[in-house]
Amino acid sequence: MPGTSTKDATEGARVDTSPVVSDEVKYSTCYMCACRCGIKVHLKDGAIRYIQGNRNHPVNKGVLCAKGSAGIMQHYSPARLTKPLKRVGERGAAEFQEIEWDEALDIAAEWLGAIRESDPRKLAFFTGRDQSQALTGWWASQFGTPNYAAHGGFCSVNMAAGGLYTIGGSFWEFGEPDWELSRYFLMFGMAEDHDSNPIKLGLARLKERSAKFVSVNPVRTGYSAIADEWIGITPGTDGLFVLALVHELLRAGKVDLDYLVRTTNASWLVIENSDGPDDGLFARDDHGDPLCWDAESEAPANALAAGVTPALKGRVTLPDGRSAVPSFQLLAERYLDARYAPETVAEQTGVSAETIKRIAAELAHAAFEQEVVLERPWTDWAGRRHETMVGRPVAMHAMRGISAHSNGFHTCRALHVLQVLLGSIDTPGGYRYKPPFPKPVPPTNRPAGHARDVKAGQPLPGPPLGFPLAPEDLLVEADGTPRRIDKAFSWEAPLAAHGMMHMVITNAWKGDPYPIDTLFLYMANMAWNSAMNTADTMSMLSDKDPDTGEYRIPRIIYSDAYFSETVAYADLVLPDTTYLERWDCISLLDRPICEAHGPADAIRQPVVQPDRDVRPFQDVLIALGARLGLPGLTNGDGGPKYPGGYPDYLVNHERLPGIGPLAGWRGTEGEHEGRGAPNPNQLNKYIENQCFWQHELEPEQRYYKHVNQAYLDFAVEMGFISTRAPITLQLYSEVLQKFRLAARGHGAARPPERDRKRVETYFDPLPIWYRPFEDEVNDEAAYPLHAVTQRPMAMYHSWGSQNAWLRQIHGFNKLFVSSALADEQGLENDDWVWITSRHNRVKAQIRRMEGVNSRTVWTWNAIGKRAGAWNLATDAPEATKGFLLNHLIDELLPARDGGYRYACSDPVTGQAAWYDLRVRIEKAAETEAGETEPRFPAVVPPPGLAAPPKTLRYGAGFRKRTGDGR
Amino acid sequence: MTSLPANPPERRLGLVIDLDTCVGCQACVVNCKEWNTGGYPAPLSDIDPYAAEPSGAWLNRVHTFEAGDGAAGRTVHFPKSCLHCENAACVTVCPTGASYKRAEDGIVLVDETMCMGCGLCAWACPYGAREMDVLGGVMKKCTLCIDRIYNEHLPEEEREPACVATCPARARHFGDLADPESGVVKLVAERGGMDLMPERGYKPTNKYLPPRPRRDRTGTTGAPAALEAAAPEAGFLGWLDRALSR
Repeated sequence: MPGTSTKDATEGARVDTSPVVSDEVKYSTCYMCACRCGIKVHLKDGAIRYIQGNRNHPVNKGVLCAKGSAGIMQHYSPARLTKPLKRVGERGAAEFQEIEWDEALDIAAEWLGAIRESDPRKLAFFTGRDQSQALTGWWASQFGTPNYAAHGGFCSVNMAAGGLYTIGGSFWEFGEPDWELSRYFLMFGMAEDHDSNPIKLGLARLKERSAKFVSVNPVRTGYSAIADEWIGITPGTDGLFVLALVHELLRAGKVDLDYLVRTTNASWLVIENSDGPDDGLFARDDHGDPLCWDAESEAPANALAAGVTPALKGRVTLPDGRSAVPSFQLLAERYLDARYAPETVAEQTGVSAETIKRIAAELAHAAFEQEVVLERPWTDWAGRRHETMVGRPVAMHAMRGISAHSNGFHTCRALHVLQVLLGSIDTPGGYRYKPPFPKPVPPTNRPAGHARDVKAGQPLPGPPLGFPLAPEDLLVEADGTPRRIDKAFSWEAPLAAHGMMHMVITNAWKGDPYPIDTLFLYMANMAWNSAMNTADTMSMLSDKDPDTGEYRIPRIIYSDAYFSETVAYADLVLPDTTYLERWDCISLLDRPICEAHGPADAIRQPVVQPDRDVRPFQDVLIALGARLGLPGLTNGDGGPKYPGGYPDYLVNHERLPGIGPLAGWRGTEGEHEGRGAPNPNQLNKYIENQCFWQHELEPEQRYYKHVNQAYLDFAVEMGFISTRAPITLQLYSEVLQKFRLAARGHGAARPPERDRKRVETYFDPLPIWYRPFEDEVNDEAAYPLHAVTQRPMAMYHSWGSQNAWLRQIHGFNKLFVSSALADEQGLENDDWVWITSRHNRVKAQIRRMEGVNSRTVWTWNAIGKRAGAWNLATDAPEATKGFLLNHLIDELLPARDGGYRYACSDPVTGQAAWYDLRVRIEKAAETEAGETEPRFPAVVPPPGLAAPPKTLRYGAGFRKRTGDGR
Repeated sequence: MTSLPANPPERRLGLVIDLDTCVGCQACVVNCKEWNTGGYPAPLSDIDPYAAEPSGAWLNRVHTFEAGDGAAGRTVHFPKSCLHCENAACVTVCPTGASYKRAEDGIVLVDETMCMGCGLCAWACPYGAREMDVLGGVMKKCTLCIDRIYNEHLPEEEREPACVATCPARARHFGDLADPESGVVKLVAERGGMDLMPERGYKPTNKYLPPRPRRDRTGTTGAPAALEAAAPEAGFLGWLDRALSR
């Protein structure tokens, strides 16, 4: 809009409307949350003048959220660590001595070297909000320990695993709604930092196009506030709601049958052999291909063949005499049952039968009456040309709200089943995969860490995380004892694809299943907001064995850029840089930033140089690996393979021949995408292209990717998948059934007696709904309320609430209580209450609210802080009034038969079940008002951290006015 | 005490804010702070930024409140900054001439060299849109990013207020509300854009687009209230009998 300069106008003398903004502009990638938007950073006089969104970037298209816009304060935070530290006091007291990097690396190398030469499993290496998992995971396998994971296990692994075991994709990094063509959008329980800017951009597009937006969420804030319809569901019942929708659609025959026979296993025959070893498995031919019943020839046929006419119902007898039935019939029989009828589930879900029926009718109406047809020819996997792309314009999205429950895996699967039945997976207007997804269902990598895989002084033969296909893939001893310290991939959590970081400290402290030597953590605030049962976790970290006087967890190494609560518990602190001082890589090998219309990756480049004695953690890890002589990190002569550190690795590391961390500008001249020799000029190419690379798919490749010949060919060429075979969506999961059969006593790998019933129950091959475990173990009368947290849009876990600007927006948190409940209990705004769970109690102030499920209380996550941490004043409201619900959450369930205590986690994936929490609230006595509880002794910032400024006049120095008379 | 322009400005630059899509994310609030603390009104000071009661000058704030009871109510995110009124009381009340309305585009500014921090303008503003910079002892306010919208050092597509450029929900629009052909005027007409407290007579330039009607009842999407059972007489999955081909 902009117009002419006002230099000549009357007031021209009073205002310089055209000042020079900056001396230099550098592009990079944001790290103020996990969204990874492109940023354009303006520098003036060597300082950061302004950070804005990059208009050309695939993720954020120019916009930037509150967190990203507060990057300046994060970068200049007084909580930044300044030098390596060695503990000199007791653990938890935060008494440190500054040391040089050489000494720090010597210490780490000595500790870790000794472990590696004896038993590599004694290193537990867990990284938190790490965006370099492609490096850290590979480093762990080079070291030889299976005890590695990032924060996925306590975040949203149910969502990832539920999707990958069903459709070979999921939400966020894996796929997105078709914002441009969708007519109906159903969103469940979002954490607002997950894909935050793309979701907001997408919602705006939907609204512009008058598509209907329904938000299913116990709390009406943020996105839910602008929904056409808000459904304030009872926490933990989303799966039941979804299956009631499935019930309605099946009852009315509103499913996309053509889509089901062409792209799913709906027609595959399931063997019915009551207690036999093959019961529930797919009937297969001699080559192992699944069979269907060909209606035309009335005989079994290869279900993968083009041109068969498969039956979706009817029990048949196979030539070998076994009875079998199409999996779709099993699905229909299950969900047509009256227990999934809207009337049956209404009370439990808190959603009226009328609403459920109406939503089902609206879904069907959008999918089948508002079908999208694109005049866009494409060729399917069998080489058949289709003139149009037909779509079901119903899209869905969900994240932590449904996944952080002990029934989350099945709920996530149910949600994908619903989308598949509607025929909306990767069709116009529906859900769209983001390359490198879809992957085979599930992806083909298996976890390493079997007894045969772990050897002193040797790397693992593969990555520590993966996707088990069968009981044989579990990481357990012959007697079923877990082999990993977090018990991931054990019978307790067989499909723990992201590990179980939330269990590491408890298990290491107990020595269960075995003691470890060193706990090595990166960017994970495990002594505070990232742990369940925070108070006990802090004790475990500093607990000593009375017999020996030694810490039960002998050594703790921690890397963080800031003085977080966890720093106080480290023996050795490796100070990291801020996100504006480092190289980084948002890799296709890790959690990519692709869009549905094409793969993309990105880098961070140092925008400014550190002014402290700190080093990027990835540089440190690579240097440490070289000192330890890890094979992937050293040359034949023992010298470091990547002497240039992380940027050297980014360019020259090859995971497979021609495939490295970055996909763009490969080949010696930068002429290749995806595969190609390392290009010494690659990082410059990225910088020239504003620090990202993107490949645009051809229009014919953009939908039906799982069965689209042109797309599958491309994906093979790029190394995303290894074969051109179509990817069949798995409504019925044979993988789950294999675990169930093991629980019934079949096969060589079987669960120990203790776990049998649990595995048999929760490895149902079709989605089930069951009450969250905390509902089961708590007395409803004593703990009648659900308690959940949400992350405010302007904060990202504990980073946000130390930020000088963001903490003015959310300085401390209150407990939000529905007005109806507040009236029942005689509570007014700002009253202090005790929130009590079966495990602990917390004191907080309340705020009445209309838009919240009446049996649910909630608060903002991770705002409460330990006094003195993050270099905030000890009387900062974050410490005096801000609170964590974490104290109320027991990381273990009460003892069950036999006395064993399972983790408070999903029984399939091990996902931390944060939102299962049950509480009651009671008004605190008047004498108790004023401060939160529990509180902990204040920590004193380590040497090197200056007292924070009493005032900030940031930007004053940039002001160079003309004609303002000064 | 200070005069408004003798003739109404030919251009009336301002914002149109869409309450239907604002999710209350605070992006505009922080990006405004970030731009302006180093821009024309630099700095926007903060007091006790790491202590018990942090406070600072912000030129734009989002207020969140609920309207109506229970599930039928609404959560409203309401961004608010200077509305650049035609009858700007903050200008006429200014004893020094620091507060003024630009004749060429209607933007209300404070010339800090003339501001003595008396705070009268803040008292006069019916919208509470002025912010005292306690450290500077001067009044600060939204400048509509006067140092961006005409800035020849910025690429043309970036010459818009920081809050507009950064808004992830695309809820903020910038333009000339005096130009009947402008996008913002059309948007206001289409969506029933409203003045804030029109009865007070200050004639704000900025407009708010009200939330669109909810569609949470039968009849609002074209779908029936519930689905009919398919072919109940044909028995279980009776509707499934047509031939299907892979």
